[in-house]
Amino acid sequence: MADAGSGKTGWRATGHLLGLVAPGVIWIVVFLVAPAAYLMSIAFMTNGSYGLPELPFTWAAFKQLAGYGFLGWSPANLYVVGRTLVQTVLATGLVVVIAYPVAYYISRAPARLRPLMLLLVVVPSWTNQVIRAIGWMNILAPGTPLSDLAAALGLISPHMGLYPSQFAVALGLVYNFLPFMVLPLYAVFERLDTAQIDAARDLGAGVWGAFRHGVLPQTLPGLLAGTVLVAIPAFGMYVIPELLGGGKNLMLGSLVARQFAAASNWPFGAAAALIMILATLAGLVVLRRLGRRLGGDAGVML
Amino acid sequence: MTQPSSPTVSPDTADNTPRADTAIRLRGLYQAFGADAVALAGVDLDIPAGSFFTLLGPSGCGKTSLLRVIAGLDTPDAGTLHIGARDVTRVAAHKRNVNTVFQSYALFGHLDVAGNIGFGLRMHGHDRATINDRVQKTAAFIQIDNLLGRRIDQLSGGQRQRVALARALVNEPDVLLLDEPLSALDAGLRSRLQLELLRIQRRLGMTFVFVTHDQDEAMVMSDYVAVLNEGRIEQVGTPATLYERPANPFVARFMGHANLFAIRARDATGLTTDFGRLAGEFARADHVLIRPEIMTIHAADAPEVASAGDNVIHGRVRERLYRGSRMEYTVAAGETELVVVDDNRGQGMFEIGAGVALVMETTGVVTLDG
Repeated sequence: MADAGSGKTGWRATGHLLGLVAPGVIWIVVFLVAPAAYLMSIAFMTNGSYGLPELPFTWAAFKQLAGYGFLGWSPANLYVVGRTLVQTVLATGLVVVIAYPVAYYISRAPARLRPLMLLLVVVPSWTNQVIRAIGWMNILAPGTPLSDLAAALGLISPHMGLYPSQFAVALGLVYNFLPFMVLPLYAVFERLDTAQIDAARDLGAGVWGAFRHGVLPQTLPGLLAGTVLVAIPAFGMYVIPELLGGGKNLMLGSLVARQFAAASNWPFGAAAALIMILATLAGLVVLRRLGRRLGGDAGVML
Repeated sequence: MTQPSSPTVSPDTADNTPRADTAIRLRGLYQAFGADAVALAGVDLDIPAGSFFTLLGPSGCGKTSLLRVIAGLDTPDAGTLHIGARDVTRVAAHKRNVNTVFQSYALFGHLDVAGNIGFGLRMHGHDRATINDRVQKTAAFIQIDNLLGRRIDQLSGGQRQRVALARALVNEPDVLLLDEPLSALDAGLRSRLQLELLRIQRRLGMTFVFVTHDQDEAMVMSDYVAVLNEGRIEQVGTPATLYERPANPFVARFMGHANLFAIRARDATGLTTDFGRLAGEFARADHVLIRPEIMTIHAADAPEVASAGDNVIHGRVRERLYRGSRMEYTVAAGETELVVVDDNRGQGMFEIGAGVALVMETTGVVTLDG
């Protein structure tokens, strides 16, 4: 490509290149940039009489999201945002705590058993998410053995179920997203250079030091990839909080969905969606920083 | 340079306190991974302080297992291990003053070169100034001070090897363990680093325990070599002892000897073997070893042959390898073949199929059991 800028061949090369890039660019513009711009513009519009966005541009939707309604300020919406963040961080954290040892265990299992074990991890996701959520409803509902046990132990009030609750939502999220963490972690564990653990011990590291320097940096790419695969969809999750939360423990996804359907307030829905996107981007930046600090390869992802 | 005292293989049960000049003392080390996988089948060994000591053997002989036990990365099922005067058999790796240069180097990709070299000091809680100072000095000593800010993935194989060495040496261990550290390098770099390692060891006077499967490397570098086979020590000695007086056929073959023959009959005047008769007085033994260097090759009708006396082997050239400074012939004699080398003095080569006579000095012939 050294002579790409000079003469006819250069122009032809450039044209060729544009031809190659064009489908991707068009795809992204039509299906990502344009809808996002449209969404952003709606967020700044006035909510019309029939629930459709109208001019003039205003901050009203964002004010409403922050809790200022015509009855004065209420923290309800901020609770939704906070609850969503907490559920996302909690679910992702639990998924990591469960998936890390599972992935390690599978990677150390006899080679012929590994495909089967991975299959068992993945198989549940072959069933529709809604059906699995309904399955959990049946397991956790009032009067089921698990609920009775929890009540007997004093964890919940008598005659209440484990479902619907925040707990059921968290459980549903962990259950749903576990494979997305196990698979990338398994990939990094499978090619773990155990000599680095030996080296750390040899150089005076105890158990924690050997893990921190001999294992964690090597698994970081898988950990970050898994976190992105789990946290982003969990943050915007609609089905599981709707079904297992029983419609009371609202999360952002449900809040957005309602504005475009029942509540018919598109600017408010768009504003909430925009905040979600910004929060997701902020989360990615934090992850990237964290990854760099813990010593992952800067170019792994993000 | 004072030569370290000779190592021994025989356990001295009466006196189990290590001598001051013994860096490592192993007694009855046994380790197995399941019934069929005995890695160490009872190893007794004294490694003299300040020596370049090599564990030599084919893959799977237990040399790396032995190194890992000394490092503390594995615990033996039975036996004891002293480093200096201290019994460290049950002491964890990070509490032993021993460091290892790993075969794959095992450098930390999340740390730069300086971070790697300073890792051991950091783990032992030294302050930043001390760490920087010692990292600098060690890097200068190994001549990698220009690399300190580099990432590991920006280094060549030879540079990684040096960083791994510096990372171990900076801790000033009592013993440095090296697990085939040169095996991943190309031949030229390898021989340069062999010499360099040897110089470093001489300058520091540190005990080096070096693992290799390459007998040439072992001979060039070592004060002493222990030959291992199937978890046992076959022989310990200086490279010259192992090459010239191998204790058994395994050691002889592993040291690269081809001319090893079973003795069929023996009497007062000589012995009979596959290629014919060998005159002289020999000890009772199972095998006879004839090193290629103690033979000279001549045309069958040359005058030297007539005056050589009894120990002449007649045969025909079967193969010929031209090695520049010398020629290597495989000669068919009796029911077997012998390898003989001939210095290239411009005398020309024997053709394949030519009738030749091999004249030997019986003083160089070794008999061995096993």
